[in-house]
Amino acid sequence: MSDISYEVIVGLEIHVQLCTKTKMFCSCELSFGQEANARVCPVCLGMPGSLPVMNGQAVEYAMLAAMALNCTVAPFTKWDRKSYYYPDLPKNYQISQYDLPIGSHGYIEILLDDGQTKRIRILRAHLEEDAGKNLHTAGNFSQVDLNRAGTPLLEIVTEPDMNSPSQVRALAVELQRIMRYLGVSEGDMQKGHMRFEPNINLAITRPDGQFRTPIVEVKNLNSFRALERSVAYEVQRQLDDFLETGVTLQMGNKSTRGWNDQDEVTVLQREKEEAHDYRYFPDPDLVPVTTTPPWLDEIRSRLCELPLARQTRYVTQYGLSDYDAGVLTAERPTADFFERALAAGGEPKRVCNLLTQVGLKLAKDRGGDLSSLDLEPVAVADLAKMVDAGTVSATAANTILESMVATGKAPAALAQELNLIQTSDAGELEGIVDQVLAENVQAVQDVVTESKKSKKARGFLLGQVIQKTKGQANPKVVSEILERKLK
Amino acid sequence: MTLPDLTAIELREAIATRRISSAEAVAETFAQIDRLEPTVGAFLSLFRDEAAARAGDVDRRIAAGEPVGALAGVPVAVKDVLCTTFGATTCGSRMLERFHSPYDATAIRRLLNADAVIVGKTNMDEFAMGSSTENSALGRTVNPWAPDRVPGGSSGGSAAAVAARLCPVALGSDTGGSIRQPASFCGVVGLKPTYGRVSRYGLIAYGSSLDQIGPFGRTVADVALLLSVIAGHDPADSTSVDENVAPIADYLDGLDEPVEGLRIGVAPAFNAGAEPSVRAALEAALDVYRSAGAQIVEIDMPHLDYAIAAYYVIATAEASSNLSRYDGVHYGYRTPDPADYVEVYTKSREEAFGQEVKRRIMLGTYALSSGYYDAYYLKALKVRNLIRGDFVRAFEKCDAIVMPVAPTTAFKIGEKVDDPLKMYLGDIYTISANLAGIPGISVPCGLDENSLPIGLQVLTPAFSEAKLLRIARMYEAATDWHTKKPAMVQ
Ligand SMILES: [Zn+2]
Repeated sequence: MSDISYEVIVGLEIHVQLCTKTKMFCSCELSFGQEANARVCPVCLGMPGSLPVMNGQAVEYAMLAAMALNCTVAPFTKWDRKSYYYPDLPKNYQISQYDLPIGSHGYIEILLDDGQTKRIRILRAHLEEDAGKNLHTAGNFSQVDLNRAGTPLLEIVTEPDMNSPSQVRALAVELQRIMRYLGVSEGDMQKGHMRFEPNINLAITRPDGQFRTPIVEVKNLNSFRALERSVAYEVQRQLDDFLETGVTLQMGNKSTRGWNDQDEVTVLQREKEEAHDYRYFPDPDLVPVTTTPPWLDEIRSRLCELPLARQTRYVTQYGLSDYDAGVLTAERPTADFFERALAAGGEPKRVCNLLTQVGLKLAKDRGGDLSSLDLEPVAVADLAKMVDAGTVSATAANTILESMVATGKAPAALAQELNLIQTSDAGELEGIVDQVLAENVQAVQDVVTESKKSKKARGFLLGQVIQKTKGQANPKVVSEILERKLK
Repeated sequence: MTLPDLTAIELREAIATRRISSAEAVAETFAQIDRLEPTVGAFLSLFRDEAAARAGDVDRRIAAGEPVGALAGVPVAVKDVLCTTFGATTCGSRMLERFHSPYDATAIRRLLNADAVIVGKTNMDEFAMGSSTENSALGRTVNPWAPDRVPGGSSGGSAAAVAARLCPVALGSDTGGSIRQPASFCGVVGLKPTYGRVSRYGLIAYGSSLDQIGPFGRTVADVALLLSVIAGHDPADSTSVDENVAPIADYLDGLDEPVEGLRIGVAPAFNAGAEPSVRAALEAALDVYRSAGAQIVEIDMPHLDYAIAAYYVIATAEASSNLSRYDGVHYGYRTPDPADYVEVYTKSREEAFGQEVKRRIMLGTYALSSGYYDAYYLKALKVRNLIRGDFVRAFEKCDAIVMPVAPTTAFKIGEKVDDPLKMYLGDIYTISANLAGIPGISVPCGLDENSLPIGLQVLTPAFSEAKLLRIARMYEAATDWHTKKPAMVQ
């Protein structure tokens, strides 16, 4: 089998629920976890005679997302009806965008495992209304919950530019980060805010020629892990299938498979892609949208520095590690908090350590992000400065930060209160050093004679001094005194 | 003059000055309905108790000196295509026979806010598809002038109700002539406003880009009054026009003032297709305008010949989509014993839609299908643009265009039911106003050799209803055709 090689080819279709105040075409609030059919009205129920009215906020969110994905924003766009009969679709047509998507021909940069970035092209991003949910919980019948019907959805379609499961995951993670940074989606996969559907096949090279396996679309993926593993599974399955059957890509043999999270396998759902005729045509109930230059400028002004750019900058500008930069930029509130602390004079690495070692953990314990803590960036900057000035130790700073969050008090006050201020007064420390030296003649001897135990003895003496000051001696100052006296 | 002969304006005046009460007016309306409705069959539902209660409320408020609306205490009928929270909203279809809307159409809300008393909902061709009201699955309406003839359609019930003096005014809807043609057949005034002038919210859609709600009355003034009540921007309808762009008015204001220097456009070649009696009435009407000082100019409308073809592609395409929600799952009749899930859809639709509705759904579905879209739907849109262009050019030469409403007067019941194409061809004069989105009115302008009413159609540019009504009023003021009554109400 060494004479066979293959390339993985994956494109993604992503549905992103926008977190607008109201639905796409009516004034119902978006619904999460409400009683079935509680957030509905004549419009999202598709009642006879009802008419849709476009939600401007959804269009603006879509424009913002399209810009962040480096898409061309359509100067003129419209709404089209996509017809198909399904119980969760009240009007039996979905209002979508057919030939004039709000965004097209963009790209997204993803970070590869080796630290390089890769550009994944985006074919289009268009707005549409979500359908409801069919519930098959009762016996001999099904029920439909239309709370979700009419929720604004941004459908993003990438080119088949991903070549490994980890690239697919990287794109998904990056896209989620971008949507959250922009504040246009909550991006929770478990809650269905983001739904990823990979289209996967292989380009196989053998001595007898080149072959492409039939494309498989995978559904039911509700975690990044499931997404990545489903692609990995499909790669192996398609390779095995090709070697066994020799079936290659043809018109109409694309199939749909569902991911079974329990068994970690894909299961055939639909054998052949049905030749769907959606009979698209412009929705006469809605007026087209012209995105004027001033409007585009206004939306563009809302763009922020995107997460990957920020992450890279943290490494180059502040000298943070890739890992720390990734942690700080994972969520926008964290990165924003970090930068506000820097603006208040905190040293980047110091602030980074305080946030990654304590701050984020505290926020997570409380089920929120840094901005939800009773904690000001300027207070964290103050604390970082205290560490740099030697007023408190790095370890003590972590303790102080925990107390700051718990009590809301200022770091300096807490350092006093908790007796965590380091003694850096050389005069005061010198007496204690003398006392320790007098009490530990053997250790002093080891240092002075530069015996094999010299290093260990030095550490021992330092520890003794710290212990005598109940941990409040500044180790740096003590070391200097010891150094001088043991010369 | 008996009470049923009073116009809406006369009636509201009488009620406001307490010469009669709204309660009496409503009681007398129902007495007239009891006398004639068994013959006419204009209504699908009547609201005796609700109407009496509303009338009583209006009377009480008038007696107490409280302010009341522009239609205070006036009985009004509405086509059963408008959603109401009271009674059923059937669209004349088995499919929606038991549909009760949880909300009121905007036009209905505006009537109620103006203190109108809605007495009932009128019969219509199923889903407004038809020109004779014979396609109603739920009732048969006859022409009050000749009970063996159709009232026209699709708003045949509203037109017949007004003609038979069952109520002074009514609302209908017009997608390809469905107000103007029955107004013409029944000898009353019917107005299709500019597309976007009246909110479509709550109007059960047939052809969304063509549908428009409008009033029926026995005088131009009554129609103007009703339009003043229902017109205006509605945030619930994106296609309703911003009043900053097209201000609404009190259309009774200055209604009697003739239009100075009026130029009337006529397309003789196009009008030649009408019956001799209709053409003669049109010629006589032009003389009336000439006598009023108007100049008659000839215009060329080269693309109107394609209007029917374009209309039946666009309207049916939109209809095929609009009507897809009636599937027994979401809305409408559900087949009692489906073999499987797919049969719920197929059998419900098969059993509850009438022939004409099915025909149009099939036509429209075909026109939108992949591979045919460009040849049919897209081409029809291009024709629509050409027709718009014809009107734009014509209105550079004239203030209004005058033409027949229909090539014939009311035809016999059953005469055309088996020949849909013949039925469609009858829409030749009304359809282009819908395609162009401009307003059009039908006013009585004669009686043919069988004493059947003939209508005169006047068309003006978009959002010029005030002028259109004045031009129509000029004709009405100079003639007495609008005072003619069918034999059954003599
Ligand atoms: Zn809603």
